[in-house]
Amino acid sequence: MLKLLNKIIRIGVITEPATPPAAAEMERLGIEVKRTLDRRFAGSLAIRHVDAGSCNGCELEIHALNNSYYDVERFGVHFVASPRHADCLLVTGPVSRNMEMALRRTYDACPEPKLVIASGDCACNGGEFGVSYASCGAVANVIPVDVRIAGCPPAPAQLLAALQYLLQSARAQHIPR
Amino acid sequence: MTDDNPLLPFIDACRRNGLDPGPMDPATLAPASLLRVDVSQWLELAQAAKSAGLRWCAFWAGEYGTDMEAYSCMERAGAYLILRCRFGREQALPSLAPVFPSADRPERHARDLLGIVFKDQPDERRWTRHHAWKATEHPLRSDFHAQPPGPTPADHEYPFVTAHGPGIVEIPVGPVHAGVIEPGHFRFQAMGEIILNLEERLGYVHKGIEKAAVGRDANGLARLAGRISGDSTVAHGWAACQALERAAQIDVPRRALWLRAVLAERERVANHLGDIGAICNDAAFAFAQYQLTRLREDSLRENATVFGHRLLMDCVIPGGVAGDITADQARDMRNNAITLAAEVKQVIQILEDSESLEDRLMRTGRLAPELAAELGVIGFAGRASGQVYDVRADAPYAPYDQFEVRVPHYRAGDVAARAKVRSEEITVSLEMMARLLDSLPNGPCRTPWHAPAQACAGLGIVEGWRGEILSYVSLDEHGQVTRFFPRDPSWLIWPALELCVQGNIVPDFPLCNKSMNGSYSGHDL
Ligand code: SF4
Repeated sequence: MLKLLNKIIRIGVITEPATPPAAAEMERLGIEVKRTLDRRFAGSLAIRHVDAGSCNGCELEIHALNNSYYDVERFGVHFVASPRHADCLLVTGPVSRNMEMALRRTYDACPEPKLVIASGDCACNGGEFGVSYASCGAVANVIPVDVRIAGCPPAPAQLLAALQYLLQSARAQHIPR
Repeated sequence: MTDDNPLLPFIDACRRNGLDPGPMDPATLAPASLLRVDVSQWLELAQAAKSAGLRWCAFWAGEYGTDMEAYSCMERAGAYLILRCRFGREQALPSLAPVFPSADRPERHARDLLGIVFKDQPDERRWTRHHAWKATEHPLRSDFHAQPPGPTPADHEYPFVTAHGPGIVEIPVGPVHAGVIEPGHFRFQAMGEIILNLEERLGYVHKGIEKAAVGRDANGLARLAGRISGDSTVAHGWAACQALERAAQIDVPRRALWLRAVLAERERVANHLGDIGAICNDAAFAFAQYQLTRLREDSLRENATVFGHRLLMDCVIPGGVAGDITADQARDMRNNAITLAAEVKQVIQILEDSESLEDRLMRTGRLAPELAAELGVIGFAGRASGQVYDVRADAPYAPYDQFEVRVPHYRAGDVAARAKVRSEEITVSLEMMARLLDSLPNGPCRTPWHAPAQACAGLGIVEGWRGEILSYVSLDEHGQVTRFFPRDPSWLIWPALELCVQGNIVPDFPLCNKSMNGSYSGHDL
C-alpha cells in the first residue's frame, strides 16, 4: 500500500493544459465543422462512440483521450453507454454494410441535437476501404455528418481540439431574448 | 530429409496409413513445406498431421483459373507444412473441422465468400455473411462486382444455439457495446449469474479486405495490411511485406530488419501496457490504468517523434522501412527502454501485491491447457495455458535468428496468467529493444521494390503482440495482387473465449474478453 501511495504522490497530476484552437487553426488540424453546438451544451457534452467498421486504430486514440495527459473529462466531455444519453455520436471507420443498420438505429435513438462527428479518414471518405460490396464508405453516405476530423487515426490532441472548439463556440453564443 | 526434421512424424503417420503424399516442395512457399495433394487425400492427410501432433494454423482458398484451390497450414516444432489442393468448382472439399475444430469458422468464411462446398462440415450456418450479399453470391470470385442495391438489413434471424429450462435466461449483447470497443454480438445463456454457454456472432466489421487487396501493387497492399487491425499495424505490415519480399525474392537490408524488429517490439510493449491497465480497470483498480496508460502515452509520443506516427502505421514498407533513425535517436530510445522497464517493474510489483486484484483475476476465465491445445490457441493467450510457441523463438525470422528470445509461459490459463505473461513480455521486449539498438547494423534501410517478372506467391510468418500472424500473397506477372489472406491470431483466440467464460459470472465477461483480446477487425476482414 505504501508503495502504491508513494507512486501516486511521486507521479502526481500530469494533465497538460490545453487551450481551445482558434478558428484559423482548424484547417491545419484537419478539422471541419459544419454545425456547432447550441449554448446549452457549453459545459457538458455526452458522447456515444460507434465503431461502424474501423480497424480499431481510431479507438486506441479515442481511449487515449481519457489518459492522464489529456483527461478529456475536465472539459465536461464524457463517453456514455447508450445513444439515449448522448448529445453527440462519434463515429469511426468506414461504415461496413454489416454495421449499416446498427448505425442508423443508433442515430435514430440519439436525442437532439444529434451532432455527428466523423472521426478518421475512413469515416470522412472511406479511407483504404472505400465503397464496396462490404463497405458503405464514408459515414456521410449513411447518416448526416456535422464535423469531420481527418487523420489515420486522428491523434488525441486533434480530437481534443475539435471537442474544445465545439464547446467554446457553444459558450460564445448569445441566448436571444 | 534428416532425422531431426520436425515433420518426420507426419511422414511416418502417412506411411502407417498407406498414404503417399508425394514430394515436399520446400521453395514455393518457404519457409513452409508445400504438399500438392489431391482432394481425395485432403482429409486423410490432415488426420495424419493431427496424429503426428501438428498444430493447425490456417485455412484459406481462392480461385485457380476456372477451378478452386484450398490451403491448409499446420506446424510442428517451428516447421510449417502447407497442404494445397486444386479441385473443380462443383467438387466438394472434405471439411477439416471434425479433425481440427478451429478450422470451422475459416471454412464457413470461405463458403460465404467463395461458394466452396464442404463435405461433412459440422456447421451449416453462415459466418462472415450477414445480409450484404445473398447465399448464392460469392464476393471473392473474380466475376463478382455487385453492390447491395439499398440499405443492408440488420442480421436478425441468425440461428443461435438455444437453451431451455427453468431459470435459464438468454442475454443478447451487441453489436454496439457500452464502451469504446469494436462491434460484435455475444449471446449468453445464464442461470442466475453463472454463464452456461456463450456464442459469438462476428463479422460486423467485415469490410472486404481480401477483395480490396486484389489489383493493388506492393505498396498499396502494405498500406492495406497496416489497417487490418490498427493495434497490430507493424505486425501485419511486416507479415505482408515478408510475403511480398519472399514472392519477389527481394533481400531486405539488415538495418531495415533490425528497425522492423524495434518497431514490432514497440508495438508489443504499447499494447501490453494499455491492455494490462484496462484489465485492472475492469477489476476497478484504476491506479494501474492511470500509471500504465501514462507509460503507453510516453511511448506513443516517442513513436511520433522518431518514426512520424504514434501507432507506427506505414513504417514498414515493401523492401524495408519508410524512414531511418539517427544515432542520437537510437541512443535515446535505448535509454528510454531501460528506464521504462524499471518503471513497469515497479508498477507491476504494486499490482502483484494487491489482494483484491488477485481475487478478481485468479481462477477467472480459465482455459485449461488441454483445451488450448485442442483449439490450437496461440500467442500470449496460448502461452498462459501451456502452449509455449513464439515464432520469434521457435521459427525465427531475421533478425530474431540472431538473438535468443525468452518466452514467458504459464499453465494456469486464467486472466491473471494472461496478464502475467504479458507483463513479463514487456520486460523481454524492452531488453530486446536495447539489444537491437545496441547492434543496429549500418547501411541502407530499404531496397527498392521491383515487381517480379512472373506470377508468384509468398508466405509471411511473424509474431505479432497477439500471436503468430500468417500472411499469404500471390501476385500476377505485372506485380499486382491476385490473392491476399492475412490470418490474424484472433481466428484462434475467439473460439477460446467462448469456452473460457463457461461457469464464470456474467459480470466477469468484460474481464475475460479483455484478457483474451481478440481483434474483431483482424478476424472479420
Ligand atoms: S482512419 Fe485509419 S485508424 Fe481509423 S479506422 Fe480508418 S484505417 Fe483505421
